[in-house]
Amino acid sequence: MNEILEILEKNARATPEEIAKMLNMTPRAVSNAIKKFEKEGIVLKYKTLINKELLRDEDSGVRALIEVKVTPQKNLGFDHIAERIYRFPEVTSCYLMSGTYDLLVVVEGKSLQMVSSFVAEKLSPMENIRGTVTHFILKKYKEDGDILKQPDRSKRPAITL
Amino acid sequence: MKISKIVEQIPSSGIRAFFDLVLGMKDVISLGVGEPDFVTPWNIRERAIYSLEEGYTSYTSNKGLAELRREISGHLLRKYGMDYDPEDEILVTVGVSEAFDLAIRAVVNTKDKVLIPEPSYVSYGPVTTLCQAKPVFIKTSPDNGFKITPKDIDRSCDKKTRVLILNYPNNPTGASYSKSELKKISGSVLKHNLICLSDEIYCDLTYDFEHTPFPTLPRMKERTIYLNGFSKGFAMTGWRIGYACGPKEMIGAMTKIHQYTMMCVPIASQIAAIEALQHGERSVQEMKREYRRRREFVVSRLNDLGLPCHKPEGAFYAFPSIKYTGMTSMEFSNKLLKKEKVACVPGTAFGPLGEGYLRISYASSFDNLKEALVRMERFLKTIKTVRK
Repeated sequence: MNEILEILEKNARATPEEIAKMLNMTPRAVSNAIKKFEKEGIVLKYKTLINKELLRDEDSGVRALIEVKVTPQKNLGFDHIAERIYRFPEVTSCYLMSGTYDLLVVVEGKSLQMVSSFVAEKLSPMENIRGTVTHFILKKYKEDGDILKQPDRSKRPAITL
Repeated sequence: MKISKIVEQIPSSGIRAFFDLVLGMKDVISLGVGEPDFVTPWNIRERAIYSLEEGYTSYTSNKGLAELRREISGHLLRKYGMDYDPEDEILVTVGVSEAFDLAIRAVVNTKDKVLIPEPSYVSYGPVTTLCQAKPVFIKTSPDNGFKITPKDIDRSCDKKTRVLILNYPNNPTGASYSKSELKKISGSVLKHNLICLSDEIYCDLTYDFEHTPFPTLPRMKERTIYLNGFSKGFAMTGWRIGYACGPKEMIGAMTKIHQYTMMCVPIASQIAAIEALQHGERSVQEMKREYRRRREFVVSRLNDLGLPCHKPEGAFYAFPSIKYTGMTSMEFSNKLLKKEKVACVPGTAFGPLGEGYLRISYASSFDNLKEALVRMERFLKTIKTVRK
């Protein structure tokens, strides 16, 4: 992967000036490259990783992984039904899977009830859906490569030769 | 109680008081650390934990576990085409520090001279003195990228000169040598019939060219003791494990001393090292990319601040000059610590020729580096106003 992307993927707040210094480029060249990535849709957006485990319960929300079995549609395969599902704002991720089910849908809601009713009222009744299995997430340890706890204070002494 | 004359001869480092000051302070941003800011990769730690569960708690062969020596041999062959027999040309040691001590002890006689490029890592001089040999320091400076040349060697050699110590990439200057520069040095080594101790512990952190181990140069293998380890490349400083490779007689002599003084390296560290060699290369490459970015950032920021700094070819140190401030390295470090809570190592820790320089370690998170440089900038502005 391009080195500018590598840096931004880890730290969206790295400025073009900083990246330029790190890669021995001019800030203008970095800015232009980033603009190009944005225009091409390679850089989609910049987000913040929030450790919701540390928020008060009412703010933290509930997440569930839902296995969905689907009857594929003639000429459309899974894409059409997948789109009908992922357009719901409650759906945070949606993947086509190999194995014993077809779609893996991640749903986020304010409460257990909200997620359940989404599954019962919106997802399951959809035509072509043959069944769902809902798994609620109890605790998150690591997400997208980041361990979800406060960073350990360094155990190194501050000065050594 | 009286201590021995030779130990008395070793200068006690004035740097200790400064270190104690740093360690006593809270919330210091540290650019003073000579080790990676990563913890040992999890697979390596996990393997050592498992070995303890399995009950691997015994002594090992003096030379080190046979499996580890085979892995080291294979690693050096794959990576550099170096061919060392795991049976009698490799010795596993308690870090490069022990390997260096053994090598010097195995090689020198009383009053032999040992060439040491300076600024240099702290142990080379004192260990040489402990062996009743005489350290001869070769001056290096930023004009020459902190490197020695064949001329320097010629000028420093006489009949008693027996050993040349090389350390590249270098702690504290970050300087390293390309293959053609090393070739020229090897010419001088032959000419003066020297033995070379080559400490290449930072070899994995070479940024601008391929690292060339000294024994791979023509006719150098038979007169070089190659020292390396796991501390820097695999972030394993606290495991205390390294190794020496060299001609059979040399490794034999070193093993003799090692078996009476150290017996063997702790077995858990040896097993962890096996894992590092078998599955660690990916983490090494990731670390190197990260350090290279930090190097570019730190060096360009330092130069922007008016602290001239040559671009180090390796390791994770920048070695800027602070001469324009008119302060000594120690004064500068002290004031920077007290005013802005940024810790650096004064260049004089690495010999008198380090005066006027600071060692800045960029083995620290990017955010830390950024903040430390902002603080240094603020600090430098206060000095200028004082001087006006």
